[in-house]
Order: sequence, then structure tokens, then C-alpha cells
Amino acid sequence: MYQDVILDHYKHPHGRGLRDGQAEVHHVNPTCGDEITLRVRLDGSVIGDVSYESQGCSISQASASVLNDLLVGKDVAEAQKIQETFLELMQSRGRIEPDEAMEEVLEDAVAFAGVSKYPARVKCALLSWMAWKDATAKALSGTTPEETA
Amino acid sequence: MTTDGRVLPGLLDTEAIRKDFPALDRLVHDGRKLVYLDNAATSQKPRQVLDTLNSYYERSNANVHRGVHVLAEEATALYEGARDKVAAFINAPSRDEVIFTKNASESLNLVANMLGWADEPYRVDRETEIVITEMEHHSNIVPWQLLSQRTGATLKWFGLTDDGRLDLSDIEQVITEKTKIVSFVLVSNILGTVNPVEAIVRRAQDVGALVLIDASQAAPHMALDVQALGADFVAFTGHKMLGPTGIGVLWGRQELLEDLPPFLGGGEMIETVSMHSSTYAPAPHKFEAGTPPIAQAIGLGAAVDYLTAIGMDKIAAHEHALTEYALERLHEVPDLRIIGPTTAQDRAAAISFVLGDIHPHDVGQVLDEQGIAVRVGHHCARPVCLRYGIPATTRASFYLYSTPAEVDALAEGLEQVRNFFG
Repeated sequence: MYQDVILDHYKHPHGRGLRDGQAEVHHVNPTCGDEITLRVRLDGSVIGDVSYESQGCSISQASASVLNDLLVGKDVAEAQKIQETFLELMQSRGRIEPDEAMEEVLEDAVAFAGVSKYPARVKCALLSWMAWKDATAKALSGTTPEETA
Repeated sequence: MTTDGRVLPGLLDTEAIRKDFPALDRLVHDGRKLVYLDNAATSQKPRQVLDTLNSYYERSNANVHRGVHVLAEEATALYEGARDKVAAFINAPSRDEVIFTKNASESLNLVANMLGWADEPYRVDRETEIVITEMEHHSNIVPWQLLSQRTGATLKWFGLTDDGRLDLSDIEQVITEKTKIVSFVLVSNILGTVNPVEAIVRRAQDVGALVLIDASQAAPHMALDVQALGADFVAFTGHKMLGPTGIGVLWGRQELLEDLPPFLGGGEMIETVSMHSSTYAPAPHKFEAGTPPIAQAIGLGAAVDYLTAIGMDKIAAHEHALTEYALERLHEVPDLRIIGPTTAQDRAAAISFVLGDIHPHDVGQVLDEQGIAVRVGHHCARPVCLRYGIPATTRASFYLYSTPAEVDALAEGLEQVRNFFG
């Protein structure tokens, strides 16, 4: 489960800290107490920034770092496709062996394939991704009244 | 034997005992020996309990307290026989004071609901107070929050000291003339603390409050004498004491069980029923509506036989020696902080800790890879984690079949965890 890629991201997280954004969400995993506050900034149809503060296990922390790497700079539609692919991998219960096409989409995130065999840990890996999906939907619909800047 | 060649005093013959527990022989993760240190969550089951369950279903399965055929009579005798065994196990003055429930949570909820529906002098209402503690399992917090919300009663609690004990310094302000019920845990599932029953019971009796003791983590590990405790109700569960899941116990003083109203209505708990009204069976049946967990009660009876044959005092001595050794070994692990009492004095064999800033989920996962089963999380006692400013803990908990070698495996496993995340 603990691939070197995951441990590297855990020890040296990318994009950590809260910065400007149009939407902010706070998600928790009630079974283990992992928490994340995450902001999304959209620059037109591009994910300008994903910033976050979080506490939790190595899997949840590394997953947020990988998310930041993967999604920032992508077009929203493409980012959503990456999120869906990651979700599919994590819900596969270890049955999906990532092929080249999937590696192309998920890059470092394919390292989480092993986590999908552990039902208790899948939620850890998905915490930041579900928060991102939620925050992006909010940013797109403009339901957040004021900018969090 | 310990790593430095000592023989701990008071240890049981675990080699013989472990032969009774098939699950302890399991290999996990490519042939690693299972080191089961999650006994505070649930215990493993001896062959004697499993055989009793099988034999009941294979030979005597029938509903109880009705029917006049052979199987119905056998099932009733076995079920009521289990009640006799439990009554003797906790030194209850009468077998009729032992109510079978599905678990300790149901036992605790049952008392909360009895009091919510009771008449004077037991009635809980907006003029009265309920007292619990900050180290309760959620099952002894939430039922009282619900009762408080429904009746308007004030919920109060004892806080905790920095070393994981109840802070009773303000006992006279917490338990007052307005207090109707004091409900507290005998042994904390997260801290391992053994609480001072006498001081709390004395104060409660002085003001005329009822006392409910949650003995879920005590009944499996030490001699439990409900008369010596001096409480009005005692709750515990079967699956943590070698019995099956789905069976719990509520002991209550007979006159209270006579006075207090039933909670669940149904078959079994009545005397006569008309379309207008009903009268109720005497306790314990008044509180056992519907077909009870028959096999599970009988299985608990077998578990009680097993524990009694070994002797609860001997089990307590075994666990005390292991706790002392485990604390000693854990103190040697760098960056490890015990959450709860750091000595074995008034302490049981559930030991929570945090390891540097490594998240308990990661600790538990790397231990699991070595075959070591521990519990991680807030242990259904989130207020304790908040009190000590931590998101969660790792908890190792021992039982009558645990060995010094398993303590060593834990200590060595934690070194591996440190190397891995260091």
C-alpha cells in the first residue's frame, strides 16, 4: 500500500496551505477524524489553484498533494475526467490493474491502486478528491456569496 | 518470558489456554502469526463456546417460554440456565435481576428510557440533573443527551485530569440534590483507567441519586460483584468476555425493576393483554420483549463457565502483569506518548498511545502488515481525544490468552513503524 510515491508526497506535500479561491469546503471522515479545508480558484474554465489545509493519515495527506499536482492548470472538464478515473480506480477493490492509458491520465495517482484493496482506507484516499469535486461545483455555480480572498 | 529473561509473576498457562481458541492459530498476510491485541473491541471465542452454540442449534433449537414439547423445554432450560450462570458470575442477589439485552448499548439505553417514562421519585424532568463523565464511551453519552433533550433535564459531567483519571475535586457541585442518575464507566475503553466506584456511589447515595455502572470493559477482566459495587444498575456485553455478539446484560436492583416502567412492548413481557390494556410480567421478562437472543445467551453462559473455571482473580493478575510489562516496553519506544495512566496502578489492560506525529491509521496499517491487530481511531470516545488534543489513538488491549511475546511483537512492530515513516 505504501508506495514510495505516496510516502514522498506525504513527507513533502505539494500546494499545501490556503490561498485565494471562489469556493471553500470542509470535509471530514467521521470514522477516523481526518479533516480537510479546501479552496478552488477558477481562472475562466481552468483550475487556477487548489489550496488546502488538512490533518490525517499518510494516505489522505499524500492524496491531497497528488491532487494538487494533477489538477492545477487543467481545464475543468479534463480535471473532472481525472477525478472520475481516480474514483473508479479507488472503488475497484483492487480489481483494476492500471494500464498505460490510465497511467497517462492519473500519473502519480496510480500509486493508490493498492489502497483500493483496503476498504477502510479508500475514504482516506478520496477525502480531498470529494472535497475538490464539491468545491468546484460550488465555484462553477457561483453559490458562494463572496470571494474568500 | 520477557526479552531480558524474566518470568512475569502471576501469568496464566497461556500455552494451554490458547489451544482452546481456534482463531489465535490463524496466519495472516502470507503466513505471519496473528498477534491479536484488539480485545477491548471484542474477544476471540473458545471452542467450548462455539461447541455450545452448535450443539444448541443442532439439538435443542426452539423458542423459549412457550410450547410444551421436548425441544421447547430444553431451550427454555438452557436459556434460563444461562441467566443463573450470569447471576452467579456477578454475585446478583436474585436471578430475576438479570435482564438479557442485545448489547451494553441497549442496556444503557434501556435505563435511560425507563427513567424518562418513570413516575416520581425516579422521573427525570426539567427540574433534575443527569451526571456522566468525560471518559464515557459514546454509548453512555448519547442516550443521556437524548434523554436530556426530551425531558429538559440538565446533563453534567466529571472532567479528566492530565494523567487520565476522573477529576472528582468538584464532586459536590457535580452531583447535587437535583441529580437523579449518575452513570459512569468502571473501566475506560480508551484510557484503561479503573475508576473509584466507592467515592462516586457514596456521594450519589447521599443525595438520593440512582447509579448506573457501565462494566463493559470490567466484566471480562476482573471479578464483578454487583453487591459490593453498591450501584443500582450494571451494564455489560457478552462478546468482549468470550461470548457471542448479540447478547448483553443489564443487572438492576429488584425493587427498581418492579417500580420502573417497561420500554419495549411485545410478546414475552406481558401477563394479560386485552384490546384496551395490558399487565406486565415480572422482571426480568418485563424488559425482554419478543423472542430473545436465545443461542447467544446460552453461548454467554458457556463463556461464563470458561472464565469461572480459570478464575477471574487469576485473569486479573495475568493482565496486571502483562500491563506492567507492556507499559515498560512502550516507555522504551521513542516519541511514544501513553494516553491514560502511565503506571499499572488502578489500570486495566487497554493501552492507548500516539507515536510522534505518525497518524494512528498508519501505525495500525504497518502493524497489520506484521500480523499485529490493534484498534485505531477515537474508540467511540471522541470527547477523550478532544480533551487530550489528539485526533485519534492506537490502542493495544490484552486478555487472558495474551503473552509477553505478543507485547514484544508490538514493541518491535512499533520500531518498524518508526523506521518506515521516520
